[in-house]
Amino acid sequence: MRFFEDLEIGQRRELGSFIFTAELIKKFAAQFDPQRFHLDEEEGRKSLFGGLAASGWHVGSVCMKLLVADGQRQSKEAAARGEKVAIWGPSPGFRELRWIKPVLAGDTIRFASEIETLRSSEKRPEWGIAQARNTGTNQHGDMVFSLLATAFVPRRNAGA
Amino acid sequence: MTLSFEDFPPGHFGTFGPRRVTREEILAFAAEFDPQPMHLDEEAASRSMLKGLSGSGWHLCSIMMRMMFDAYIGRTASLGSPGVNEVRWLAPLRPGDDLTLDIDVMEARVSRSRPDTGIVTFKGIVRNAAGQALCEMVSPIMVQRRADVAAR
Repeated sequence: MRFFEDLEIGQRRELGSFIFTAELIKKFAAQFDPQRFHLDEEEGRKSLFGGLAASGWHVGSVCMKLLVADGQRQSKEAAARGEKVAIWGPSPGFRELRWIKPVLAGDTIRFASEIETLRSSEKRPEWGIAQARNTGTNQHGDMVFSLLATAFVPRRNAGA
Repeated sequence: MTLSFEDFPPGHFGTFGPRRVTREEILAFAAEFDPQPMHLDEEAASRSMLKGLSGSGWHLCSIMMRMMFDAYIGRTASLGSPGVNEVRWLAPLRPGDDLTLDIDVMEARVSRSRPDTGIVTFKGIVRNAAGQALCEMVSPIMVQRRADVAAR
């Protein structure tokens, strides 16, 4: 993970991709979102989605998974260079989540994250607050998912 | 009976739960989707801003989805949702929390592009047993109108 001082508006990270198999879609849906179009191919075909579709919460959770993996890669690289590693804080929430197109069984979604705003925290001077637009794009090049996430990011010299 | 657009007038819709969230569930979700130390490791979590092991915010949202499904979406002529206006994570989800969910209908309107469909905007607030709000979510859902449901 990077420190607040290392972030710039417009910085973009490619987070990698994820294949939403029918098996994974049904497993998540059975636990958290058992609507018929997330559980059954035929019901999916009859729905507005036109096929077995992943729960939107599954898509968002996978985006989180790839964000965390990307952060861990950056931490490893920083540690290998002998630099101090930033541990990000929790998120107070997100806005403007759009499920733009269905994520259908077999789709490969590429996720990316781009810094949109940066500000200091008045209540917590050792932290900055970053907003990032996180997006998912399918194998046809169509954006399917987007949200504006907020996170607390540590300052490099906090407590110094 | 299947619930249709007309069954969601603006106002308080209901309070649902409780739903117990176990430590095992929190760790399993975090391991798969959000493996940050504050969600996986007691010792690291105690040093985090949240001061103790907490569930992933995405886990809490997914649990809210399941509570909404069990309460009414499972018997609603739902066509899915275009998105979420806002989610605010207000306080940490802790192992053993018993969650209740309050649902309000903020707005209910007929779709301009699809007159057989309504758009119902819900506000959900999930609270722990002490009554502390953990998460607030505002999200529209597309719901078929009654005449269309009857014609199926």
